[in-house]
Amino acid sequence: MDEPYAIESNDLTRRFGTLTAVDHVTLRIPHAQIYGFLGPNGSGKSTTIRMLCGLLAPSEGNATVLGLQVPKQAEILRSKIGYMTQKFSLYDDLTVRENLEFIGEVYSLPRHRRHQRVGELLERYDLGDQTDQYAGTMSGGQRQRLALAAATLHEPELLFLDEPTSAVDPQSRRDFWESLFALCDAGTTILVSTHYMDEAERCHSLAILDRGALVAEGPPRKLKSEISETVLEIEAEQLRAARTALDRIDAVESVAQLGPRLHALIEADLEHPEQTVRAVLDEQGIEARVEKVEAGLEDVFVSVTRRRETSPARP
Amino acid sequence: MISISRGTAIARKELRQLLRDRLTFGMIIGIPLLQMTLFGYAINTDVRHLRAAVADQAGTQRSRMLVADAEASQVIDVVDHVDTAQQLRARLRDGSIHVGVLIPRDFERRIQDGSRVAAQLLVDGSDPLILQSALGLRALPVAGRERRNRRFGGMQTFEVRAYYNPERRSEVQIIPGLIGVILTMTMVLFTAVAIVRERERGNLELLITTPVRTIELMTGKIVPYIGIGLIQVTLVLLVGSILFRVPIRGELSDIYLAALAFIMASLSFGLLISTFARSQFQAAQMTLFFFLPSILLSGFMFPYDGMPRPAQWIAEVLPLTHFVRMIRGIILRGASIGEVGAEAIPLAIFFAATLALALTRFRKRLD
Ligand SMILES: Nc1ncnc2c1ncn2[C@@H]1O[C@H](COP(=O)(O)OP(=O)(O)O)[C@@H](O)[C@H]1O
Ligand SMILES: [Mg+2]
Repeated sequence: MDEPYAIESNDLTRRFGTLTAVDHVTLRIPHAQIYGFLGPNGSGKSTTIRMLCGLLAPSEGNATVLGLQVPKQAEILRSKIGYMTQKFSLYDDLTVRENLEFIGEVYSLPRHRRHQRVGELLERYDLGDQTDQYAGTMSGGQRQRLALAAATLHEPELLFLDEPTSAVDPQSRRDFWESLFALCDAGTTILVSTHYMDEAERCHSLAILDRGALVAEGPPRKLKSEISETVLEIEAEQLRAARTALDRIDAVESVAQLGPRLHALIEADLEHPEQTVRAVLDEQGIEARVEKVEAGLEDVFVSVTRRRETSPARP
Repeated sequence: MISISRGTAIARKELRQLLRDRLTFGMIIGIPLLQMTLFGYAINTDVRHLRAAVADQAGTQRSRMLVADAEASQVIDVVDHVDTAQQLRARLRDGSIHVGVLIPRDFERRIQDGSRVAAQLLVDGSDPLILQSALGLRALPVAGRERRNRRFGGMQTFEVRAYYNPERRSEVQIIPGLIGVILTMTMVLFTAVAIVRERERGNLELLITTPVRTIELMTGKIVPYIGIGLIQVTLVLLVGSILFRVPIRGELSDIYLAALAFIMASLSFGLLISTFARSQFQAAQMTLFFFLPSILLSGFMFPYDGMPRPAQWIAEVLPLTHFVRMIRGIILRGASIGEVGAEAIPLAIFFAATLALALTRFRKRLD
């Protein structure tokens, strides 16, 4: 670990025809951290990860992963990284053990070490009962644990996980994150992509991607405290009417529904935002509780992706 | 209620998708065109320009005229002159000629006599179409014999001796080539599909992230199929010799050597297809496009000699052409691999070229 960052990229860009899937992304990802890519579908998470793994050539810009240039030095890099693809990519028609043994052979683990690792991982990821089951017949959670076992079999320094929990129930997701923290404690750097806020919240640091561009970056706490708007929480019987009323206020930049409540982002330079909003709602005869709250990650997300939409600087 | 408009909606959607799927559309147009031109070219039961060698032991003016007349009929092309019947038979066996013209020393006397045939045609009978054309030469008129012919009840000029398949059973001719046809279909398809399937199912994205090298991936993919191919060869040989009583005149080891060369060429072509095909279905379509000309132009169905030049050029590129020549030589004519081994050279070139192309086209990348 001579290089200061596990991953460094400068203006990393990838175009598919006229579509810019990844747009000048500059990253500095430190070692032994869980680093998140947060973004909706199509925001370029997978494409960025593929470029960092050396599977796609950048159209522009460059990246250094574990001190190696990609894609030029990708072959040397391969034994040092693990990659869990978004779509399950082990063999449906092989059993759990056969899959793991195969991956071990492909990474040239010596026979004895291979058996030992496979045994360890079967136990660690609670696959002992599925050892001889075909991967294709397993549940989403089981497959995901198998995929993680396969990606970590050769003990990579750096792990890429592309939306690892998308087909998994909440309990399995929690367990999965426990496994990630364990790996991270052991020194593994983890880059994980997600579109779940609660998962992003768990990362040490994260990058928010929007239509290929990196729109915000930093630890979740810092992102939340540095939000450029005031966040108001509105609870009302008539949420729909309240929403319509809020949308008419100029200073309200956006309104989003979070369960039974609304979150409104208000321009920071508006004085007394609570009173202003309350007055408007009263005027419409809407009974509501309005309260200034700390920004959540969801608010940050809305804030940064909105800003980009309205900014005229986009080429 | 059955709704016509719903049905029409489905039909319109289907047609729209069909027109957008270029390969399928290509097949709809291409297969009839390909079949028609290939069949049109290749089906020619009246085979001409059979390669022939002459052993003219009489060496008279009349014998030379007879050979010239035979050639003028366009049934045979004389490619060589030898001295003995033995040499003719050797050239038949190694496949370099299909017809041997043997004019005996007492040719002139036989002409005068008129009750005996004047000369012999030694014909490779393993292909019934060739034999049939050669039979057309039997009554070729020879100077000074016409009158007597009538008197002696129409004695033929040539006696035709069919070698290798005297009973003229078609299965005898078909089965050795069938080994190649079966291998073409299965070997090309298996390898093409084997890689495309991994791409389709997403396995490849994982695999190319590992330290596996392209060459390891490719050889790992084809080696199991070599074994499968050899099992298929064994199966056809067993069924052919037990059920259809096809005589196996050559050495088994030679048959397997020839099959091995052919299997390798087919497998590497399958790999090449896999670098183009985006889905297993596409791989199957491309295989079919290769299979059709192979089966029609290789000499398996119609004799090579009867095909026009352009068809022969295509045939020379196809591995099946060379395999059919080798395998018929070994199984039906008892040729050794040494005698027909020259046909393995184009196979080796085909193998090396397609493999090199497949390797350069296959990158451990997604783009
Ligand atoms: N191979 C490809 N060819 C064309 N477009 C692609 C390809 N891969 C991704 N894209 C496009 O690039 C954009 C980003 O995709 P992706 O990186 O998969 O996003 P995410 O993983 O965040 O959902 C999408 O609009 C997608 O359609
Ligand atoms: Mg993705």
